[in-house]
Amino acid sequence: MSAAKAKAIAPAKKPAERIAHKGILEVRGLTTYFKLGVGDVKAVQNVSFDLEPGESLGLAGESGCGKTTAALSILKLLPENGRIVSGDVLFDGRNLAKRTEFGMSKIRWKEISIIFQGAMNALNPVKETGKQIAEPIQLHEGLSEGKAMVRVRELYDLVGISQKRVMDFPHQLSGGMRQRAMIAMALACNPKLVIGDEPTTALDVMVQAQILELIERLRKELDLSFILISHDLSVMAETCDKGVIMYAGEVVESGTTADIFNSATHPYTRQLIKAFPNIHEKREMVSSIRGDPPNLVSPPAGCGFCPRCDEKVARCETEHPEMVEVQAGHFVRCVHAKSQRSDALVRGDEAAPDLKGV
Amino acid sequence: MATAESTPAKADLYEKGTVHADDLSSATVKDGVLFDVKDLEVYFPIQQGFFKAMVATEKKFVKAVDRVSFQIMQGEILALVGESGCGKTTTGRTLLRLEDPTGGHILYKGLPVEKFAAKTLRAYRKKAQIIFQDPYNSINPKQTIFDIVAEPLEVNNVCSSEREKEERVIKAINEAGLRPATEYLYRYPHELSGGQRQRVCIAGATVLEPDVIVADEPVASLDVSIRNDILKLMVEEKEKLGVTYIFITHDLSLAWVISDRIAVMYLGRIVEIGETEEVVANPQHPYTKALISVIPVPDPLAKREHVILKGETPNPVDIPSGCRFHPRCPEAIEACKEIDPPDVRITGDHYAACIRIDR
Repeated sequence: MSAAKAKAIAPAKKPAERIAHKGILEVRGLTTYFKLGVGDVKAVQNVSFDLEPGESLGLAGESGCGKTTAALSILKLLPENGRIVSGDVLFDGRNLAKRTEFGMSKIRWKEISIIFQGAMNALNPVKETGKQIAEPIQLHEGLSEGKAMVRVRELYDLVGISQKRVMDFPHQLSGGMRQRAMIAMALACNPKLVIGDEPTTALDVMVQAQILELIERLRKELDLSFILISHDLSVMAETCDKGVIMYAGEVVESGTTADIFNSATHPYTRQLIKAFPNIHEKREMVSSIRGDPPNLVSPPAGCGFCPRCDEKVARCETEHPEMVEVQAGHFVRCVHAKSQRSDALVRGDEAAPDLKGV
Repeated sequence: MATAESTPAKADLYEKGTVHADDLSSATVKDGVLFDVKDLEVYFPIQQGFFKAMVATEKKFVKAVDRVSFQIMQGEILALVGESGCGKTTTGRTLLRLEDPTGGHILYKGLPVEKFAAKTLRAYRKKAQIIFQDPYNSINPKQTIFDIVAEPLEVNNVCSSEREKEERVIKAINEAGLRPATEYLYRYPHELSGGQRQRVCIAGATVLEPDVIVADEPVASLDVSIRNDILKLMVEEKEKLGVTYIFITHDLSLAWVISDRIAVMYLGRIVEIGETEEVVANPQHPYTKALISVIPVPDPLAKREHVILKGETPNPVDIPSGCRFHPRCPEAIEACKEIDPPDVRITGDHYAACIRIDR
């Protein structure tokens, strides 16, 4: 078995036996830095979350919050100046953070695959789309191109593109079809986990709805686990079981999507939700979050969100808040969270007066 | 006042030029209607090879805007909403004569924009400005913020002194929310964030104190938190300065937040138009219904029925017969293939083009 061979080469801490695990993916204290001339950019700090088989998880936040870096760290696809400083990525009982490049190459695409944002840039413009999709099949399953193409045709059926388009070049496909082809490529080797990095961002609303419906259907049919990276909280609310809100490289709130949207506790999460219009409720001007995210080369000592927060108290500036479990499975990184029970927050309530009194 | 330009060559060049700058300055708004667009058509010829051009019996056109009629009231925000390729941007550009219409009329304060002479057009563009989508590409990286915002004043030669120019630039930058303006004047675009750059674009558009601004996807490339600031700014300017906005967007939920009226476009035609809240709460056209149903909602407990249309918008070269929406319409009947639906009045200003609506 290729995985066993990879294990032998990798300097694994616990050789031969797999680490006991509950979910398919457990990320523990993941910390990733990028080396720059001015110092290390602390892009991801102490990020933890886990994923059960067949579950979907959304990673959301503003641009630059570290959501994509966290996902790329799972696959160890970081650019050259990036490195995982500490933390574990336990996938199916194996610690990916400690794997060698060779060991990772056995896992990438075979077990974890990724759908990139710009399908036009992610596909090779001078190679037929079908042949590109066949590549990982040939590589991982050792099939000939002809045999791999049979599987590609099945994949085209699965994602809803006509089989006639197998030999089309990417520019001959429409935006929606290219994204479908990207999904077909991600599914080529029957992975257990698929990561979607803003899979619908550049698409029209109707095509976005088609793609999200397709992902949802495939997830159920193939029993996939799925990580959705998106800046659009409403997309996350519609498609994911669990959510992780990131800010300045850290997780500020995590829980089920119902926890996050219906009893949001961190001030950042609440402000972020209010920034999205809800067309089924009363029409009002969407609010914005004043200020900018902090510089991640020298992040502030206290809470990273403190300069932009309406509910800050003196200790927010000095004390770095820990993750607090406000309800089973619902974690919040805020100094106010300790003395607060999230069931006191009725949906739609501001709850700000309660918090100010802390 | 309908005389042609001085030399014959010029007159030929500006064949349409029959409206003079004097007419424009004396024109006034009647009944609050700033623009009255009637049966507007913008067709683009398809470039064909030599052989095809010789053999082809008829010339083919991309029918970007195909017989569109609507009015824009003074001091309102009208949102043009639709998917890519529906003709919303072309409509906006044609209002400013950045594209020439191939048919129909655009009346600005009662004057036909398609017949403006070159000089009239210059005067007109002091009154009608545009903001583009991408603030990274739409401003000159080698100019300072002052130069960028002052350029419209210089081109149109409207300032009598350097001092007046400076005052107007500072006022525009302040109004666009970059405060204090003096701190930004001599910076370059690369020193600003995306949101700040878009504010510079808005300052450049408002410095001439225009009547109307066409905002073409002004927030599509911005982060959520910044996006809302720019939307707020548009509403503020509408209220304070009385600027009329044509807000072009693919995102119906953003249109819903700030616009007074919404026009939903599909394949070069307005399929539904009306007061924003009325259209969103009571959509009549099946396309509008589908668009509204697929807008993601930030509430996981509210599981709503999605009407997901199959396929993609057809090619605007071969527009389907009858109702152009019928091949994708979930409610289509046989008659839809033949009848090109007229606008049906629902209530007040709310119109939709569908034969299945009960009057």
